Formats: sequence, C-alpha cells, structure tokens
Amino acid sequence: MEVFQSHRKSSSNNVSVSTLPLYRSAPPLEVRLEDFELFAMDRLRVLKGISDGLGRGKKPEEMENLVADLWKENMRHPQANEETNKDVISHFVLRLVYCRTEELRKWFLSMETTLFRYRFRFQSSEAQRALMSEFKLPYKAVSNAEFECVKDKLNQVARSMGQTLAAVDAVFYKVPFEEVPELVAGRRVFIYKGHAYVAMNQVVSLVVTQFRSYLSKALILTNSIEYVYKGIHKCTKTPCYRLSIKALIFCKQDDVYQVSICNLACRKWTSTVREQEKDRLAPIVEALCTRYLGPDYSQPNEVGEISVKDIDRIAKTSFPLCMRHLFEKVREDHHLKHGGRMQLGLFLKGVGLKLDDALAFWKAEFAPKVSAERFDKEYAYNIRHNYGREGKRTDYTPYSCQKIISSAPGVGDHHGCPYRHFSEENLRAALVRMGASSRVVEEVMDKVRNRHYQLACTLTFEAVHGSSCDAGINHPNQYFIDSQKILQSKVDGIQFT
Amino acid sequence: MLSCFLNVLMYIVIAVSADGKHPACDKSYFGRREFSFTLENNVYIRFQSFNSVTEMENSIKEKCPFKIDIGPVYSVDPAKRHAYAQSGDNVFTPVERELVFDVDITDYDDVRYCCTGADVFLECWPLMTIAIKVIDTALRDDFGFNHILWVYSGRYGVHCWVCDGKARRLTNEQRAAITDYFRVHKGNENSHRKVSLPGPVLHPFLARSYTEVLEGFFEAKLLPNQNLLSCQERYEKILEMIPDASVASELRGRWQENKRASMSKDDINHVRWEQLKFVLQSGKQKTRGLRRCVEEVVFSFTYPRLDMEVSKHMNHLLKAPFCVHPKTGRVCVPIDPNNCDEFDPTTVPTLSQLLEELNRGGLRQDAKNEWDGTSLGESVKFFRTSFLQPLLKSCKEEIESSYNAKLQQSKNTLSW
Repeated sequence: MEVFQSHRKSSSNNVSVSTLPLYRSAPPLEVRLEDFELFAMDRLRVLKGISDGLGRGKKPEEMENLVADLWKENMRHPQANEETNKDVISHFVLRLVYCRTEELRKWFLSMETTLFRYRFRFQSSEAQRALMSEFKLPYKAVSNAEFECVKDKLNQVARSMGQTLAAVDAVFYKVPFEEVPELVAGRRVFIYKGHAYVAMNQVVSLVVTQFRSYLSKALILTNSIEYVYKGIHKCTKTPCYRLSIKALIFCKQDDVYQVSICNLACRKWTSTVREQEKDRLAPIVEALCTRYLGPDYSQPNEVGEISVKDIDRIAKTSFPLCMRHLFEKVREDHHLKHGGRMQLGLFLKGVGLKLDDALAFWKAEFAPKVSAERFDKEYAYNIRHNYGREGKRTDYTPYSCQKIISSAPGVGDHHGCPYRHFSEENLRAALVRMGASSRVVEEVMDKVRNRHYQLACTLTFEAVHGSSCDAGINHPNQYFIDSQKILQSKVDGIQFT
Repeated sequence: MLSCFLNVLMYIVIAVSADGKHPACDKSYFGRREFSFTLENNVYIRFQSFNSVTEMENSIKEKCPFKIDIGPVYSVDPAKRHAYAQSGDNVFTPVERELVFDVDITDYDDVRYCCTGADVFLECWPLMTIAIKVIDTALRDDFGFNHILWVYSGRYGVHCWVCDGKARRLTNEQRAAITDYFRVHKGNENSHRKVSLPGPVLHPFLARSYTEVLEGFFEAKLLPNQNLLSCQERYEKILEMIPDASVASELRGRWQENKRASMSKDDINHVRWEQLKFVLQSGKQKTRGLRRCVEEVVFSFTYPRLDMEVSKHMNHLLKAPFCVHPKTGRVCVPIDPNNCDEFDPTTVPTLSQLLEELNRGGLRQDAKNEWDGTSLGESVKFFRTSFLQPLLKSCKEEIESSYNAKLQQSKNTLSW
C-alpha cells in the first residue's frame, strides 16, 4: 500500500499494546454485586466530571488534562488487566442503566464518546493505527503523486487553523466527507469532489465517529433485546451474588448474535427482570441513574402555578439573565425567533405556566405584529407541541444551562447564554440593569473571560439576592426556584417579627 | 374556480418535478414520500402520500391546495405511520431526503439599506445571485454533487435542492456538518462582531469564494449602490467591525473631516474603502485580530446567510418547485446557476399572466411541450433538459450498477 510520508522513522522500541477497549462485546467475567455498583459509580464520577467540564466550555487542552485526572483518580489500578476489567465492566453496567430512555442514552453516549476521544489522543500512534484498523475505516492513504497536487491546499487549510503542515511524518488519508462530519463542519479539512483529506492527527475524529455510531446502536439494542442471564449464584453462608456480565448483555456484531450460553431463561429487561430482581439489581440501577442527573424540571410541582399577570413581576425578580433578556425582547419586539421561543417557552412551562396561559401570553405579546388568526395558525401548534399535546406527544423538558450554553444563536436570535454569547459591552450593561454593583460586574466578567459561564451566573444570582448559592447554577429553572425560595423566606421572615 | 384552475396548473408542473424526485426503481418509493398541502382556509395538512401521480393529481384537484411542500421519503407509507412504533426495529422514520438550502433576503436586513422586509428590488437581489454562486460551486467542486436545482422561492429568496443519491441518503448529522461548513455568520445584535475569520489565511473554500465572487461584487456593486461609507450612520457600522479601537478612530477622524468633500457619492465610497484597506493591510498593524478584518467586512455584507434549520433535518418540509407564491402570484421557477446574473425576479411569470396566455393560446396538445407557448416554457424546458433528464439517467445507472453488483455477489457466493 502506498502511503505518503516524507521520512519514515523507525517506530519506537517497545511494542505498544492497545489498552483502549472498544466495548464491542462483553467479556466472560464474573463480578461481585458490590463491585457492580462500585465500579459503575467510579466510572459515573468520571462521566459526570466530563459533563461539568463541557458545561463550563473548557477548551480541548483543558479537557485532555481533566480526563486524565478523572481517570487517574477513579479508574486506575496498578495491574493493567484489573484496570481493563474495571473499565469494561463499569461501561457495560452503565449501559444497562442508561439505555432506558432517549434522554439518558443521549447523555451517556455524549460522555462516553468524549471520554473515548481524549483517551484515544493519549495512545501512541502505533496503538492508534491498530485501533483504526479495528474500526475498518474505509480510508485510502494519499499517494505521493496526489499529495504533490493538493499539497498547497493542504498547507492552506493547516495555516487557516494556525498550524503548519507537519513537516516530518505527514501522512494524509482520503476519506469520503460523510465519514468526518466534525472536520467538515469546522472547515478543518480540504474537501475535493466529495473526499476529505484528513491528517493523521485528525484521525481521532474518524475513530470517534465510528465509536459513537457503534455505541449509539448498541444502547438502543441493549434496551430492546431480550436478555439471557445466568442464574444468580447464592452463596449459602455469606450472601454474595455473582453475576455473569456477559450473560447479562449481548450485542449484535456482524449480523451474528454473540450469546453467552447458559440457561435459556429469557427475560425482557424493562419488565419481568425488574420484578424478579427488584430486591437485588433494580434498586442499584435506579439509584445510579437518578442520583447523578438531577431533576429535569418538567413537572413544576414545587412552585405551584403561575399565571400570566405574575410573569412581569417574577421576570424582574427571579429570572436568570438569559430568560430576562428573552422576555424583554419579546416585550420590545413583539416577536421572537424559533430558538428564543423554545428556550423561553419551555422555561415558562417549567416555571408553572399552564398551556392555556402560555397561549394567551404569546398571543398577547405578538398581537401588534401577528393577528389572532395568524397566531393560531402559525404559532399555537408549536406551543401545544411543547406541552406534549401534539404530534409525538413528547413532553419537552426545559433546557439546562449546558444545552443553552452550547447553542448557537444567529442573526436575529436572542436565545443562548448571555455570559457566553454577549459581547463584553452588552453583558456589562445587562448586568447593571439587573442591579449588580460595579465590583460584582468585574468579578462576573472575570469568570466570563475564563469561560466559567455558570459560575458567572451564580455570582449574579448571589449578588441580586444577597445570599450565597453553594450548589451553583446548572439550570435556569433551578435559578428560578431558588430565587423564589429566598424571596418567600424573606416574606415569611417579615411576617414573623 | 380560480384556485381550482391554479391547481390544475400546479399539478402539471408538479408532476413534472415530482417525476424527477421519484426514481422508479422501487415501486413504493413514491408512495413513501411525504407531501403537505396548505389549503384555502390556511389549514395545513401533513403526511399526504400517494401511490401514483394520478392519485396525486386527483387529490390536488379535490383539495385545491394553494401551496404544496415536499418532505422526505419515509421507511413506510406516511399514511400508515400510526401503525408503527417510535423506536426499535419497526419504526416510522425518514430514510431519504434531498439536501436542501433556503436563502432569504430578509435575513440580510441588517446590511441592506435600499429596502427592508419583503420588498425586493433589483438593487439587493444580487445578494441572492452571489449566494447561488458561492454555494453552487462548493456543492459541485468540494462535495462532488451534480444534480442541483436552484429555485426562486417566489418572493424573498431562493431554494436549493441537491438530488444526488449520495445527498438524499445523508444523515442529519452529515447535513448539519455541511451546513456548518457553509456557516460564517455567528452572533447577532447582542454581540457585535458577526463574522470572525481567525487564522493567518482563509480556508480554500472561503478564499475561493472571496476572490472569485465576494470581493468583486462588494467593491464594484454593493459598496457604491448601498452607499456603505458615505455617511456617518452607515460607516459607523463598518468601523464597529474593526477590533482595534485606535484604528477605527483614526479612520473616523479622517472621514469626519472630509464630510464636505466635493466628490460624487460613488467616489466617496471607493476612496474611503481604499483608505480602510490600506490602514488595515499595510502591515503596520501587528494586532492579530486585524489580519483578516477587510475580508470580515466583505463577508459580513455579502457572504450567503443560510437558514440552518431547513438544511439540518431530514423531516423539514420545503415548498415544491413550480408552486405559485400566494402573496406575489409568481411561479417558483428554476434558476440556472450558470446564468444567475441574468435572473430578474421582477420578470418571473405570474399566475394571472399565465392564465391570460393560456386563455389566448390554450394549452398545446403535444404533451411534451405543452408550456412552450407561454412564458413558463423556457423554465420548464430548462428544468427538463438541464436537471431532470440527467438526474433520471443517473438514477437509472445507479439502479443498474447496484443490480449488477448484487448479481455479481450472488455469482461469487455460488461459485465453488
């Protein structure tokens, strides 16, 4: 095979065995029930740490360090094969936990993919090449002749990213652009006639895409297929349950179901198994899941109902900056684009605004620009959709900070996170309008410069309410609830004196 | 009565366009395509599907929609969707859909001064022309697509339909990637700078767009026609885009002094633009942020602004070509990307015009060229020869080669 390289240095002296598992199949391990939970929790700490890091908008170099630290703290083991065991077992246990709903699957997929991406980067280039061939990536190495033709363009792409074409070991692969969506999206490759020219150091993207795609399918499969499981061995003297992981989970690979034999007892995980294993597995699995994700604020029973006339008042006192801004814009422009309607609309739903009131609110706000009839035709459907009354009847949950921060408001949009998306000038002005003193504004801007957007919002909260918020702000509805609690306690306080 | 006649018209042209989108390989393909109708009283009905063109024609005649949207091809007939699960194996989900783009002149409101909102005069239509040029070139040269149809949306802008098999089979993630590849504008009125081009040089795609299309258009047409630098209110907008405040104020100072220059308006714009370029590109500027500032300004004003949401999801419905726009009465005719400079939205045939022509001449009996006698004739011919026929040919070739491949495969497995 022709591979373009300017100089081929001899590879490093030690043969590097790839220690990065691909989680393609569950190995035939037995694990004690206590470890079942412990391993999973350790891995969950790693994933949660990654989630936090992403939510704070950390740069890739910072994420790389973060992942290394998290792994070292939670997953390391002096013996390599023990470490691999824990790695694999914890992954498969968490698959069980997170396969159950669309939202859980999405979160798990996202975090595991990120984890994989950064761990891949740590591997030696030999190990990386081995992993690439495991994924059977349909790539072609660029021949010398072709390289000469496109060299200038490749150079241009590298320079556009502030890099130079790797002098010595420049290897490029020619891949259909569909295989590398991330690189295409960021304009980090040269594309010609449907092929992307991918540098070796970008290969990570290729591999990660494959990993993600595989895991995504596996998760859905994990939820919907039937399980063959071994009987639980009960030790008569000391109750220790041993579970065969491989028997618990099987996955479809190359159209062949790999099944670990044993008993032919088949149960569907979501129904019968839960009944039977209620005393044993289900509580562990359930606890793992809810412990770490936090409330989603789709059922606003804590605060009670809010009506349209309350909105003005609570907007001033208890809305986080992102929602205040959207609310002000609606009032000002009598319109909001789709992104803004979603972000604010779902927030209001979480706050306790009932569907009828929501319809009345938006209709009234839009009235100067949109006739009642047009509103009913063009906007009412979407609002009802948000409340789960149309179409798929999905009850959409209000957006978390992480989601809002990672959105991309464009021309004419007002959604997103002001701490991230506003220019410094506009943000300062907005903070002053919220009532922050100049000292607080400086502290907030400092956090923003370091990309700690949620910390910035927390500082604002603390300044506006005059009390501390130890948990930090992770969700606009959390901001609202906490704010209302404080205000309510102040009211109550007065009543008592 | 009128609306019914309208629909007979629309049906004929839509059948023409429908044929193109439904290669006859798989009998069920057409039946799994979603259409949506917007009816007389603004009622919107989705998930319309038909097993044949005749069935579609009858439904159109019966329901008299004044707008028809085309959606994706689903895994099963949309009419039967309720019988299928949301997830798992037996699922109702889009399986194919053309790659589509929507460019709308109202998204450029913050950078055009000649008119606002929905008015489209010839002054600012060229913004659409350059959008077509930039995107079309990239779709062909960079992504390797061939079967691309550009359509006038009837009032505000243009739509693009990429119909290659490869394009139809793209996932949402891949569509989002292509859309982001095309994306240059970030931010909005809450954050000042909307276009940021970091890095010492531009990506080849952006560089090509700049040198072949955007720069020339900006300097020769947009700058003078929109008087971008002639008065303070206008030039402030550009000065705001310069990240170095001292450079901006230097230029501001110079221009405020020259307010009463006796040059004609055109000259002022060019003179000031040259001054701006000189100051920013003179190499005196060490600040990193200034390196690409000139390009950033040009991109801000001219670079295509796509509606991201339209392109990213397979299930997004888009108005069918050859529909009549309800507000303007204009037919959504195809635009030839090789001649898009010549396209004039104000001379696009309207429904009333066509009715008059048909009343006078009547529809020709010859089914192949029934529109030849009307002002729609050229458009239909162009559509057929430049787009439809090559697409059908390529679909046929695709079917044949996959059939041959299957044949070969079974031969191989049979061989000893």
